[in-house]
Amino acid sequence: MAIAVSRFGFGAGQQDNLGGDPKAWLKAQLQGDDPGLASGAFAGLLTGAQAVDALQAEQAAHRAFLLANPGGTAQYHSTLAPLFRAEAMAQLNFAATTPAGFRERLVWFWANHFSVSALQNNAGPFIGPLLREAIRPHVTGNFTDMLLAVESHPAMLRYLDNFNSIGPDSAVGLRTGRGLNENLGRECMELHSVGLAAGYSQADVTSMAKILTGWSIGKSGDDGDATGFKYRPGIHEPGPQVVMGQSFGGGEQAGIDALTYLSTYPTTYDLLAKKLVIHFVADDPPPAAVARISGVLRDTKGDLGTASAALVDLPGAWVPGRKLKTPFDYVISLLRAAPPPPDQKPPEPLGFLAQLGQPVWAAPLPNGWPDQAEDWAGSDAVMARIDLAYTYASRFNDAGVDPVQLADNALGPLLRPETQDAMAAAGSPREALTLFLTAPEFQRR
Amino acid sequence: MHLTRRATLLGLGAAATLGRVRFALADAPGDKRFVVVLQRGAMDGMSAVVPYGDANLASLRPDLIPPAPGQPGGMFDLGGFYGLSPNFPNLAAMYQSGELLPFHAVAGPYRTRSHFEAQDLLQLGSDEPGITSGWLNRVLAELPQNNGPLGLNVGIGTPLLLQGPVRITSYAPEHFASPSPDLMARIEVLNAHDPLLSQAIAEGVQAANFDKAVIGTAAPVSAAPVAADAMMVAGGGAIMSDDRARVPGDLPKTPGGFPGLATQVGQLLGAAGGPRLAVFQLEGWDTHGNQMNGLKKPMTGLDAGLLNLKTALGPAWAQTCVLVVTEFGRTARMNGTKGTDHGTAAAAFALGGAVRGGRVVATWPGLGENELFQSRDLAPTLDIRAVAKGALAQHLGLSRAALARVFPGSGDASPVSGIIRAV
Repeated sequence: MAIAVSRFGFGAGQQDNLGGDPKAWLKAQLQGDDPGLASGAFAGLLTGAQAVDALQAEQAAHRAFLLANPGGTAQYHSTLAPLFRAEAMAQLNFAATTPAGFRERLVWFWANHFSVSALQNNAGPFIGPLLREAIRPHVTGNFTDMLLAVESHPAMLRYLDNFNSIGPDSAVGLRTGRGLNENLGRECMELHSVGLAAGYSQADVTSMAKILTGWSIGKSGDDGDATGFKYRPGIHEPGPQVVMGQSFGGGEQAGIDALTYLSTYPTTYDLLAKKLVIHFVADDPPPAAVARISGVLRDTKGDLGTASAALVDLPGAWVPGRKLKTPFDYVISLLRAAPPPPDQKPPEPLGFLAQLGQPVWAAPLPNGWPDQAEDWAGSDAVMARIDLAYTYASRFNDAGVDPVQLADNALGPLLRPETQDAMAAAGSPREALTLFLTAPEFQRR
Repeated sequence: MHLTRRATLLGLGAAATLGRVRFALADAPGDKRFVVVLQRGAMDGMSAVVPYGDANLASLRPDLIPPAPGQPGGMFDLGGFYGLSPNFPNLAAMYQSGELLPFHAVAGPYRTRSHFEAQDLLQLGSDEPGITSGWLNRVLAELPQNNGPLGLNVGIGTPLLLQGPVRITSYAPEHFASPSPDLMARIEVLNAHDPLLSQAIAEGVQAANFDKAVIGTAAPVSAAPVAADAMMVAGGGAIMSDDRARVPGDLPKTPGGFPGLATQVGQLLGAAGGPRLAVFQLEGWDTHGNQMNGLKKPMTGLDAGLLNLKTALGPAWAQTCVLVVTEFGRTARMNGTKGTDHGTAAAAFALGGAVRGGRVVATWPGLGENELFQSRDLAPTLDIRAVAKGALAQHLGLSRAALARVFPGSGDASPVSGIIRAV
């Protein structure tokens, strides 16, 4: 059970019971609706369409501010930064407190697969809605549905520039001379679905970009979706297009058909299986395990719940400590193992993650954050982690918490006797907790 | 023989080890510095070094060309055909003083338009099967002192370029409070059985001592570039101030980003016994839309940082060669959103006091319809490995055999001659 909570979840919380049948406990989490959406933890956060409104309002306010303060020294305060912060904190806090850690880890796995960064194209306000509207509902559902939900979400349409990619022969294209932007067309093939292993050509990428023209963004009440998706026929490249030997007719349906085709292509299942096995089994994924998960995806036409259950049944997933925690894993598991004592200034996990080199929803490139030890085990990365542990542990000096008990609750039998001894001999609760939070059995999962 | 502080701190094999380094570099007296700046995301080479003398340029990308040399906000002329982006005033000054050497129509041997595959191939330096280490790590293996801290990664997260059997050290600015040496020693004991973590900690402790000795409390930066931006996005300010206040000797904050990091790393590289090879990774080059505006920030940051690096290196600048490279170029034509999509050949730079600059190295392929690669991209006429091999041979003294080990299968890419000044 101690392995189950740290390999498949984000580590044990202080309330979690480490007894019981781990496999049954994990598989039970794959049933039912997303616990975060069901819990009301995200009440009051914006829909994608409302985020479109918020961005427009912000841009208008910024313009008005600049007009009112020509060359002035007054500081402009964006309204979007607090929104981003509220959204990120709500979803981080949910990860740090949910009893269904496996289900939540899957959410963040898929969010990283479909990585969107707040650092580009004003995509920030849309990332929280992306997780809530396009990722969470489909984590145990069908991959095709998730792919369609993500590629049509304003977060992705903005991030990879598709919202103003214009078919050269569309009505608007002919009138204005504007044209294609192939960013989403390329990455939806390379990163999100079939991968380079599919052997497609530049012409396939261009065709895919043409198919996706018209997939754009609308504000609320603009007869688009609640997510903010709006199909704009005036910028859609007319006529059929061929992608990887398949012809797709024109219109909005062509995009749905083409993405559906990509989502069920054999190399898509291989790509997803390899990523899942790297995440849940080992940095160097055993080929048999990859083949097994790929086979489940193929047999079920992309059923992610069944594939997730199959991960639980892989023997390799139960070897403890094989995976080094990423900064995100580390911070969430730290908050779960040692929740901040009440009556203190709340911790700043967004700041922690930025300092550890993995700022939330801000990966540098569309392939998201790396998931292997080599990428996070540089000496400065490890030293920053140790410094965070020591800094955070200062909260516990006079908190009335027994550090050894806390460590035992979090790791159970994985806590080594030498770590317990060192903690018992430490000069302060802060030092004891630092030793626990920097021990290899806590730095790994 | 003079044993340097870093060598002592890092517990190197003392005089003999260092002696071999100096011997190895005896051809070129003094310690050579070699820095690679990786531009991730594919910099548009024709915006960095604009071929304004090509008659086809204006029709291909009418909205992406800066004003002509001599105009307000215009590019800096590089001899009548090429112009350096107006976002690069400091690089322009280095060109004038003969320290900047632009290359154009450069590409790796690969023809992928995938960022991720291309970045891997650029850093592996070979597409031969079984190559898993970065080419700069293999350069370190060719230098006689190959178990020490010659290689420095800047920031958290080790780029593939430096990954491999030769261990490297890394530097990222600190923010949190650090445990006392005594507590750190106990942490090391508890991690002793974990090879990965124990090695990282041992190196981190040693490097931190060195960094403190060199940089002191003078000029720490606030965060790595991405982290700083993300903090801005997240609306965060100074973090952990409650905890930090209790820590004696904590460092004050100064502006961050590449310019700040470059200053600190320049100090580390400039110090006696410091690291000699360093890698920076810069983001923000993937300009699919509104490129003229989008390139301002990454370009001015690059320009300011490279000047800071020069300033901080001080006299060691004369011993320095910096290579600025990206994974591929971008389309010759402007796309539908005043940006450019993934292309093929790009521009690259060598700069430094050791570089024989003040000219452009390129065989210009032309921009006519039948001259473009696949009727779309600037065609490559120079192999990026030939540039790197020339710099490594002339600057670090790597032999022909060593170059073949660093870039396996690169026999067709003969080292470019004349990159480095004759001493």
